[in-house]
Amino acid sequence: MPRGRILKLAAIGTVAGLLSGLFGVGGGIVIVPLLVLWLGFGEREAAGTSLAAIVVIAGFAAALQAAYGNVHVGKGILMGVPAVGGVLVGTWLQQRLQGRTISLLMAGLLVAVAVDLVLR
Amino acid sequence: MIAAAIAIGVLAGLVAGLLGVGGGILFVPALVVFLDLSQVDAEATSLLAIIPVAVVGVVRQLDYGNVRLKDGAIIGFLSAGGAFLGVALSNHVPERALRYGFAALTLLVAAQIVRQALREPTPRG
Repeated sequence: MPRGRILKLAAIGTVAGLLSGLFGVGGGIVIVPLLVLWLGFGEREAAGTSLAAIVVIAGFAAALQAAYGNVHVGKGILMGVPAVGGVLVGTWLQQRLQGRTISLLMAGLLVAVAVDLVLR
Repeated sequence: MIAAAIAIGVLAGLVAGLLGVGGGILFVPALVVFLDLSQVDAEATSLLAIIPVAVVGVVRQLDYGNVRLKDGAIIGFLSAGGAFLGVALSNHVPERALRYGFAALTLLVAAQIVRQALREPTPRG
């Protein structure tokens, strides 16, 4: 693998790791667009590859946070297990619903979340 | 509150399946609002919840031939330095700053979703 390509992947990993550790997200929000822009991935390939990276990134960051005593295992399971069901339903729905409607609903929900966090 | 948390969990997974992300952007606020965690504890716990979601997502995407496993592994393993720095930072900045930063990230994600939705001439999810 050419050195330039490895450097790009390393840069993506570092930014995603930083975001993951700082904000508790997987980093997909930066991995997907950077794979498309820097490495010429298609959108679907970028999303699939991003998920593979997220498994490792979230694993690292969760272990580091656990060392600080911040991980509540029971509550994590309470969120994570229903979410697995949600993924399967989401995948099924994806084949049947208008993407734009879902996307705009999701964006509206996120704006409400941001307002709530700031006012809290 | 537990029922609400489970509902948000399902919703987060739904969004993850639809958009190809881990779901943390919804796990974190749900853990703060419904399960009374502090911002940093919610972020830490969210990371744990992301893992099963991403694993299921990868398995499904592998079937579709959408995963470049080697590239994903390189990104994942070379994230360690960034993750170390991010976790240390999250444990040292004030709670309020962390919450505002997360709110900004949430708006950024919302903007990206809208841009992506409006770009597709024939939406197909």
